[in-house]
Amino acid sequence: MSSFSVTDTSSRTKWIAGSLVIFYALVTMIPLIWIGVTGFKSPADAISYPPKVVFDPTLEGYVNLFTTRTRQTQEFLENNPPQNWADEIVRQYDMVIVGPSKFGERFLNSVIIGFGSTFLSVFLGTLAAYAFSRFKIPLADDLLFFILSTRMMPPIAVAIPIFLMYRNLGLSDTHLGMILLYTAVNISLAVWLLKGFIDEIPREYEEAALIDGYTRFQAFYKVVLPQAATGIASTAIFCLIFAWNEYAFAVLLTSATAQTAPPFIPTIIGIGGLDWPAVAAGATLFLLPVMIFTILLRKHLLRGITFGAVRK
Amino acid sequence: MAEIVIKNIRKQFGDFVAVKESSFTIEDGEFFMLLGPSGCGKTTTLRMIAGLELPTSGEIYLDGEEISQRPPSARDIAFVFQMFALYPHMNVRKNISYPLVSQGMPKTQVQAKVAEVARILGIEDILDRPVGGLSGGDRQRVALGRAIVREPKAFMMDEPLGALDAEFRERMAEELRALHDRMGATTVYVTHDQLEAMQMGDKIVVMNNAVVEQFGTPREIYDKPATMFVADFIGSPSMNFLDFEGKLAKGAKEVELSGVPLGMPALREGAEGKLSFGVRPEHLQLSDKAKFRGEIIAAEYLGTTQIVTLATASGQVKARVGSDQKAVVGETVGLDVNAKTVTVFDRASGRALSSELNEGVVGNG
Repeated sequence: MSSFSVTDTSSRTKWIAGSLVIFYALVTMIPLIWIGVTGFKSPADAISYPPKVVFDPTLEGYVNLFTTRTRQTQEFLENNPPQNWADEIVRQYDMVIVGPSKFGERFLNSVIIGFGSTFLSVFLGTLAAYAFSRFKIPLADDLLFFILSTRMMPPIAVAIPIFLMYRNLGLSDTHLGMILLYTAVNISLAVWLLKGFIDEIPREYEEAALIDGYTRFQAFYKVVLPQAATGIASTAIFCLIFAWNEYAFAVLLTSATAQTAPPFIPTIIGIGGLDWPAVAAGATLFLLPVMIFTILLRKHLLRGITFGAVRK
Repeated sequence: MAEIVIKNIRKQFGDFVAVKESSFTIEDGEFFMLLGPSGCGKTTTLRMIAGLELPTSGEIYLDGEEISQRPPSARDIAFVFQMFALYPHMNVRKNISYPLVSQGMPKTQVQAKVAEVARILGIEDILDRPVGGLSGGDRQRVALGRAIVREPKAFMMDEPLGALDAEFRERMAEELRALHDRMGATTVYVTHDQLEAMQMGDKIVVMNNAVVEQFGTPREIYDKPATMFVADFIGSPSMNFLDFEGKLAKGAKEVELSGVPLGMPALREGAEGKLSFGVRPEHLQLSDKAKFRGEIIAAEYLGTTQIVTLATASGQVKARVGSDQKAVVGETVGLDVNAKTVTVFDRASGRALSSELNEGVVGNG
């Protein structure tokens, strides 16, 4: 046996570690894979028991997700041949497509509200964190505690006051209202995370820029911001994940114009019976933006998770 | 280049006084050292000259212009930081050209300037490298390049050699001094290393506890310390202090320590109470004839000299004597004091008594 070393692992250790990681990845990925696969099943296959692993893939779920359909008489069906492949799929249930569903609209609402509130949280959070980190602010510690204290109860605890407030202010069921609400919830997280990151950036960089002839604001965005990119990216991911997935307030405060995808997806199930493939298709599509966003910023996130633990 | 005059400058952070009313003048082209232990206010003073801190009160004149309340960008002063503060997201060339870009200098001119600075500093081959992978010395050169490229009125350096390892420090110190001599730029340099200060400086300000203790050439500060702090801080080993109590008249040329009379430069003022007889180790010589005696308790061999520690009736002293002299631990020997070099201090205030030796030096700090 060779002597033990922390950095030089033996091939057997590597093999065991590798299998454990793959096993864990599989366990966590099974629900995701299941949802993704269910989106391509027929309604019968989706609920069959024992579950079908091998099945005939169909786009029925996706067609149902994006369309509204209506049942027609045999006579109508015979006189009007299917207009496209999607129409053909719904004909097997004696139905025709009469128009698009609300999913696209709701999805777009999610994008506007999710990314809008993320941008606003990170933007305001960066400025506030910079100020807390660099300037002498009276009662800075108390202010920071106050900012954090907004996180000390579940946000839904204030649902009723917010509901009434929003109704009076005319913010109910508006994009602006939801962006402001999610920003308010996320900003404390953003300020605290970013303050940690900015604290880590030596002041000398800015001071060098000040000496080199730049104003404080120029020094901030030319020197501090590029250094804080990692922190900003990981903060943005956390903010987006919250705003994107938020369900309770979305149900309560939105209905027609500003409804986001999370409260909408469950309603699909009510249209024409238990349509699990359509729900699964909606969930799959809903997962994608956060997944892509996270993969794009993955490099930063890995370092971001260690917060200030390791110094560059 | 420029002359810098500091007048009654003061800096307070809340209740904490970082710098108490301090005044000194840095002449045009001088290599000026701000020396003191950590927390003495030297870095704060430097940052006030550069504009990174604004003084609570007092004035700073750069070439006759009062600049104490101006932002750093309006002062035309360059700053070299201890940790260099190179912009980590830019390569060497961009780091050096950054101050010129901020002035809106045309690109071709920037290129020419950067090339010239790179040639002076011998860093032409690393211009396109990222700063992350550079060695300490190269980082230092890049930081210097960024400072000299815009030809400022004065340079501020905050312990620029502090982050380098010992071997490199020596070389960079020489390079820095050579660079200064070639450019003749007024330079203010902060350090806590008294050797560095003596080695490189034209003039030194010694600070302690937010006040200027003494201000003068390295020779003045070493030979004619104005306070016990300066005498103790400068020199290694530091000055010997032999404490005594008594009364000294104006014009006195002798003091009695444990019954032995010891010579000193004629005093220009009288003093009474707790006093201290200060003499540097190299001004004590072993001598069989001398009446002032001590027992050798240790001898450190340093090559050409050795440091001999002796216990005398007035306290422990260290003497720097030639290595050829015999020093056996346990033996009692006599000590000759070079009377011309002695400084007597008032222990209560820590101030040096004015004498023939230090006339005109003491009291202008």
